Amino acid sequence: MAGRSRPRAGALLGTVPFFAFVTIFLVIPTLTVVIGAFTGDGGRGFTLENVRALTDEYILAAFGRSITLSAASAIVGAVLGALLAYALVTAKPDGLLRRVVTAAAGVLAQFGGVTLAFAFLATIGLSGFVTLWLQEHGLDPYANGVWLFELPGLTLVYTYFQIPLMVIVFLPALDGIRPQWREATASLGGNTWHYWTRVAGPLLAPAFLGSALLLFANAFSAYATAAALVSQGSPIVPLQIRGALTSEVVLGQANLGKAMALGMVVVVAVVMTLYSLLQKRTAKWLG
Amino acid sequence: MRILARSAAVTLAAATTIALTGACSPPEKESEASSSGAATATSAADLGGMDALVAAAKKEGALNVIALPPDWANYGEIIKAFGAKYGITVNSAQPDGSSQDEINAANQLKGQDTAPDVFDLGGAVASANTAMFAPYKVATFDEIPAGLKDANGAWVNDYGGYMSIGYDSAKVPAPATVDDLLKPEYKGKVALNGDPTQAGAAFGGVQMVAVAKGGTPEDIKPGVDFFGALKKAGNFLPVDPTPATIESGQTPVVFDWDYLNAAQSKKLTTWKVVVPNGAVLGSYYVQAISKDAPHPAAARLWQEFLYSDEGQNLWLKGGARPVRADAMQKAGTIDAGAFAALPKVEGTPVIPTEAQSTKAKEYLTANWAKAIG
Repeated sequence: MAGRSRPRAGALLGTVPFFAFVTIFLVIPTLTVVIGAFTGDGGRGFTLENVRALTDEYILAAFGRSITLSAASAIVGAVLGALLAYALVTAKPDGLLRRVVTAAAGVLAQFGGVTLAFAFLATIGLSGFVTLWLQEHGLDPYANGVWLFELPGLTLVYTYFQIPLMVIVFLPALDGIRPQWREATASLGGNTWHYWTRVAGPLLAPAFLGSALLLFANAFSAYATAAALVSQGSPIVPLQIRGALTSEVVLGQANLGKAMALGMVVVVAVVMTLYSLLQKRTAKWLG
Repeated sequence: MRILARSAAVTLAAATTIALTGACSPPEKESEASSSGAATATSAADLGGMDALVAAAKKEGALNVIALPPDWANYGEIIKAFGAKYGITVNSAQPDGSSQDEINAANQLKGQDTAPDVFDLGGAVASANTAMFAPYKVATFDEIPAGLKDANGAWVNDYGGYMSIGYDSAKVPAPATVDDLLKPEYKGKVALNGDPTQAGAAFGGVQMVAVAKGGTPEDIKPGVDFFGALKKAGNFLPVDPTPATIESGQTPVVFDWDYLNAAQSKKLTTWKVVVPNGAVLGSYYVQAISKDAPHPAAARLWQEFLYSDEGQNLWLKGGARPVRADAMQKAGTIDAGAFAALPKVEGTPVIPTEAQSTKAKEYLTANWAKAIG
């Protein structure tokens, strides 16, 4: 640190609340999970058994389904969200439409959990009004099984909060696109196709992929929506963790739950590392 | 007991609060009662008789119970009756919690006056946590069959029932055997009370089907396979039944303990309960006092009340079979009307042992998600 003066202790005081917060809500829970994952049942002794158990077929299957669900809802959410965001960019920057839609997206991106599950149950649940209306007209959406309470249903419900989140995180990148680039393409003899494939597309790709990764992590770690909707079979990892912590049938699995949580941490860490790399790239072009 | 959706915070925080409570739980409160010896009393006599126990409990003035749904074995009325009889406020927490939630709450709230005083647990959870119980013998302890209690009174079976199929006769035909449920009339209509890897009642459902299909409580593969076939037929409904889903017709067929299914008939008159022939699977719940009960006298008075004729008959009124039923029948103190109204059972009841259930669970954990996935 030669040539730079160290910050005075007084200046560091301001960061105390931040570090206290991070310690209580991030560091301690993470340490609890990591230590628990390597601790035997009953809190005694070091063991690799919990981490080894992650390779059990049913847990691997849950991870597979979690990743499938997150990827599916992230891709659908990213594509539809990007189209919606693009439509917004073409509207007036401080016009009513844009303000209303971004405000709504801000609310809906956080609309998850029991409320969202209930909204879907009340509309397309078994006794939902849309379901009943369809059945009156001879269409039964559940003729081939009750898909709403399984992975297809979860994908649909997750997509509902993924689209607005995509709008929020992807809008700034679209705002960074300058109309002059389009004019430059045109004056050099390029058409719309050229513009999207050679100019705007490559520029937006990192931002788009980064946003999609963020959506993936968002779905991967979502719990309450699935918990309120799915009560059988614990198809995804967060629900398997719930089972491990609260089951009254199979006992002594609390630390296996922590090992599964550790597995989730690893997956999200990989995703977020890729995300930050893409963010750097995006910032270079559109900063 | 029942597993319902809980907020994300609760479950994920469950892991972390253990770490945190050590650091920031309030100082232990020395309640007046514990100084009077209620916390170590193993019978009312230790405190100088029933009147002294009542006085000590009244002085505490409160009782914390947990995971007791009002419509489960008539607990709503039992809580009311106890509160009215002794002038004690009953705080009922997490009515839809599971047995494991009760244990988790006792551990996390240790030393606080909101900690649970008493437990009502499934057998597996109870036998794994006997160190947390305070031994206590109620006045009627000798009338409880020896196989249904701990010799020192650390835990005592309280009420039980048989696994049954409840169905809405207005919506579906009466199933005579479990195989009937594979018929197209039951498409998207058959539910278990919870996930069998998490909820005792649902686990009992799978065990019962296994027994019906030629398996045993230990060998539950036939039961798991049956639900797999049910799923393939499109008949399995992966919804957690509640009184609301039953009343609104979303869950027309429900596997559950007979006393829970019977309780639904009060609200929905077309709700019928059947115990299939040759598949009679019984199970008792377990009652225990928390070693760290913040209201030790009230906790003991609660036990006395539950095992009195009055308490036993209140359970019976809810369709559950109280543990003292035989003794009360002999003494003529049983509520004959309620006793006669219990679902009829034909065949020898099978009561799974802990060892059998443990084997069954290993198979279930590895195969359940696959069977109905």
